[in-house]
Amino acid sequence: MALTDLITAFLLLGSLGFFLAGTLGLLRFPDLYCRLHALTKADNLGLGLVVLALMIQSDSWQVVIRLLLIWLLVLVAGATVAHLIARKAQQDGHQPWRR
Amino acid sequence: MELALIFDLILLITLIALAWLLLASSDIFRAVVLFIAFGLLLALAWVRLGAPDVALAEAAIGAGITGALLLVGLGRLGSAEHYRGTRTRLTFLQRLSAPVLIGVMIPSISLILLLELSLHASATPGQQGLVNVLLDVSGTNHGVTAVLMNFRAWDTLLEKGVLLLALISIWSLDQARPLFRQNDISPQLTGLARLLLPIMIIVAGFVLWQGDHAPGGAFQSGAILSAGILLAILVGYTLPTRRQGLSLRLLLAVGFSVFLLVAAATLLSSDYLLKYPDSLAGSLILLLELVATASIAALLAAAVVGGHPPDDLSKPVDRSSAVNGGQT
Repeated sequence: MALTDLITAFLLLGSLGFFLAGTLGLLRFPDLYCRLHALTKADNLGLGLVVLALMIQSDSWQVVIRLLLIWLLVLVAGATVAHLIARKAQQDGHQPWRR
Repeated sequence: MELALIFDLILLITLIALAWLLLASSDIFRAVVLFIAFGLLLALAWVRLGAPDVALAEAAIGAGITGALLLVGLGRLGSAEHYRGTRTRLTFLQRLSAPVLIGVMIPSISLILLLELSLHASATPGQQGLVNVLLDVSGTNHGVTAVLMNFRAWDTLLEKGVLLLALISIWSLDQARPLFRQNDISPQLTGLARLLLPIMIIVAGFVLWQGDHAPGGAFQSGAILSAGILLAILVGYTLPTRRQGLSLRLLLAVGFSVFLLVAAATLLSSDYLLKYPDSLAGSLILLLELVATASIAALLAAAVVGGHPPDDLSKPVDRSSAVNGGQT
């Protein structure tokens, strides 16, 4: 097994951790704001690691740039959508969870 | 190979489960969200089947534009409680109809599929060989584009007509109502639109150009452009009123009209509908793809906006009476 494959496997396992944590947060967190937080943070980093793993495996720099662009677009779109959902929830009077 | 099989099986089971959940859901909003998720996974299934052209169209149109269309429609319906259907007692025959229908249809479809598969077990690649032979004279370098714009351009012509007809039907129903409340635009969304709109225009151009030698083309490109138009509308951009009359209608109709003109010209000059002269095929396909992209972008966006422009264009649209504000 080449070194690049090893790094890829390591990165993918790392991303798996983030996706699992995000999904767990989505299922278990007490209110909408917490769940949004878990989902976006974890997915952004999880996807980032997947993209990084794929970049190492790709043969040409064009593919690397396209992958990077996909990640950046998902970051921007994900952050904005999370903001829009939270904003709408606040306008509708969802109270943040308190212990 | 084993891993790929497991992935395909999981994908298949998820698709069927999603389809069942969205059909069985009594909450319409939930059903719409599940439908969008279903569309995205279906696009993945098309990729696995080796049909990236269909996958692109499914993701952009099936999940994206149709999803937006359903969400806007849902907003127009008003509060969801109103439309949660009431259940009445079914008669015996009504109760029997669904099981009988499913019991007859599923075995017959399975039987037809099995017969087809056993007949063509040697898995001929369909018309691929023929397409590859004729690709040189088709005016394009991608098989799917050659089929869509040359060998079977007749289908594409009708498709454009159907799309135009659909919008005419929508426009004949009602005047368009604003999609949102004017004072309710998030500055974050405006920022996103400013960042994304130039990128979307470039990507649409790229996808159109790709269509010549790889998966892509007018429909996918038009869908991306229409998503850009909708994003612009959502952050408050409007078409100037003086462009909402004839100019808008010309833009909507230009794809179909030019296609029709080319069809008539080829019929007169060669006795066959849409049989391009070999030397002109490339240029004609490029022209048709360009006007089709413009029309498809405008048509899809106009369909989501839903309804014709105000009759009296001199009157400003009353944005305070937005119907969608409380829903999506």
